[in-house]
Amino acid sequence: MITLLFLTSGLFLGWSLGANDAANIFGTAIGTRMVRFRLAAIIAGIFVIIGAVAQGAGANETLGDLGSVSTLGAAFTVALAAALTVFWMTRLSLPVSTSQAIVGSIIGWNFYTNNPTDLGVLTKIVATWISGPILGGIFAVLLFMLLQLATRKVSLHLIYKDVITRVGLVIVGAFGAYSLGANNIANVMGVFTHSIQLTPLDFDWLVIGSKQQLFFIGGIAIAIGIATYSKHVINTVGRSLMPLTPEAALIIVLAQSLVLFIFSSQTLSSAIASIGLPPIPLVPVSSSQVVIGAIIGIGLYKGGREIKLNILGSISLGWIATPIAAGILSFFMLFFMNNVFKQEVGSTEIKRILQTETEPGSLQKNRPITYHPDLLQNDSLANL
Amino acid sequence: MSIIFKHARQLVVEIDEFINTAEKGVLVFKEGVLNYLNNEKESFADKISDIDRLEATADRLQRKIDDEAYQHSLLPQSISDVVSMLDRVDELIDIAKDNLYLFELELPFFPENIRNEYIRLTTTSVEAALCVIPAVRTYFREPVQVRDMLTKVYFYESETDKISRNIKRKLFHEMHELDLAQKIHLRYFALHIESISDKAQELADALTIMALKINI
Repeated sequence: MITLLFLTSGLFLGWSLGANDAANIFGTAIGTRMVRFRLAAIIAGIFVIIGAVAQGAGANETLGDLGSVSTLGAAFTVALAAALTVFWMTRLSLPVSTSQAIVGSIIGWNFYTNNPTDLGVLTKIVATWISGPILGGIFAVLLFMLLQLATRKVSLHLIYKDVITRVGLVIVGAFGAYSLGANNIANVMGVFTHSIQLTPLDFDWLVIGSKQQLFFIGGIAIAIGIATYSKHVINTVGRSLMPLTPEAALIIVLAQSLVLFIFSSQTLSSAIASIGLPPIPLVPVSSSQVVIGAIIGIGLYKGGREIKLNILGSISLGWIATPIAAGILSFFMLFFMNNVFKQEVGSTEIKRILQTETEPGSLQKNRPITYHPDLLQNDSLANL
Repeated sequence: MSIIFKHARQLVVEIDEFINTAEKGVLVFKEGVLNYLNNEKESFADKISDIDRLEATADRLQRKIDDEAYQHSLLPQSISDVVSMLDRVDELIDIAKDNLYLFELELPFFPENIRNEYIRLTTTSVEAALCVIPAVRTYFREPVQVRDMLTKVYFYESETDKISRNIKRKLFHEMHELDLAQKIHLRYFALHIESISDKAQELADALTIMALKINI
């Protein structure tokens, strides 16, 4: 029961992710009445859960490398800080991404618990945030060119084109939901995977581990967000960026789905590595920013007259402001959690016990001691 | 999935059939007027019953198309434009039928020395309609081509206006043997025939905008 209570912050984060990001997948399809909301919500809900359970581990590992939030109280606080940052920045109409909020929040935990932040991992994550929208733009242009070529070669009746676009929007939307689940589930449940160990479910032919169960729960939270609130988001902010035709929406959603898929597929990353190329970093990226990248890509391809360059400034602001805001909030919330609510939030306690057990009498007051987060994975230390 | 494609296929067939019916209606109008001017009474009567049947078919098809398109939310972005365009196509056959009936009801007398002008007026006015109908078909398959196809419509419409003006001038300035009532009666028939090309031009205007919208 207490586990479920602590999990609520992650579930809230998942709900808000579903409510906000479904607009990137089915916003135009619903807005242009090509796909009914009910059908879109069912498809998105199912595929987001499948994506989260089947392919969510990759991006989750990278977040774990940045900081293995080790206690339930800390995981709750870190996720809550990220969720509040997203909520607060959305209220202020500032560009915000769950991926960037959770990274900032984890770094806040690193600072609070004196854990070193792996700059290599952080660089990898930030590089992905920048390359995600760029890649989205490149994919969108290539797909747009392909669609133009196909339209010139095949002269389909408007009605057939409408039906094909409609079916395409549903299929691409399902792929988009899958990729969103696979890539963004780490934002929702990533911080809990080190602190919650659920009993594996053994069905003889299939064993569902603790992580998969958490991802499944997180996936359900995202699906509920899609079902309960995304329609409101689509109707209010979903179409404010730029009115899109259903054909353009098809391209943009496909470009976004490909980017999210690439940054979450372990198989693809391994395949790239096996031919001697650097492996693709598996990092949660912001679907909204990839969509903006895709729209800008098409805008540039069409001559660049319609592009609002201030959007680029907004994205860059999001890259910096969101993690900083989440990091600061996380740090202070951890302080309160630790000192007011007396909840363990990480290595501070373990550090003290480790010193007492291993070096009795040799402790010096205020002596800085560092430890590696992997220590927590050690069986002998896990019982401490 | 197959149900959606089945509905789409049915709608495509109905739209094609509707456009063909309208085209036939305009052709029947032309033949009917020529029959009347050449005093071929039996053929004219046949054309009256033909256009009656074609107009009823067009109306039935138009209702089916509207129902199917709205019921299955096909072309949600451009459905109102498409429906209003098909309505304009239907107006062509409606007006062709009404005008042909006017010949039967009012039995206008066309003096020998102006008959050829009326034949030219009918042929040119109908030509404008016959040029706009293929553009309607093209709108559904290659909207980019529509604009180029409409040049002829505007040409024939302006030619029709010129011929009509010449007829009216001739009626009121040269044909002193006719009394005023006859002149006015014949003037009205010039206007009736001319209305086919006017409707064709209205349809062409709508198509130009629709093709532009769909290409953006």
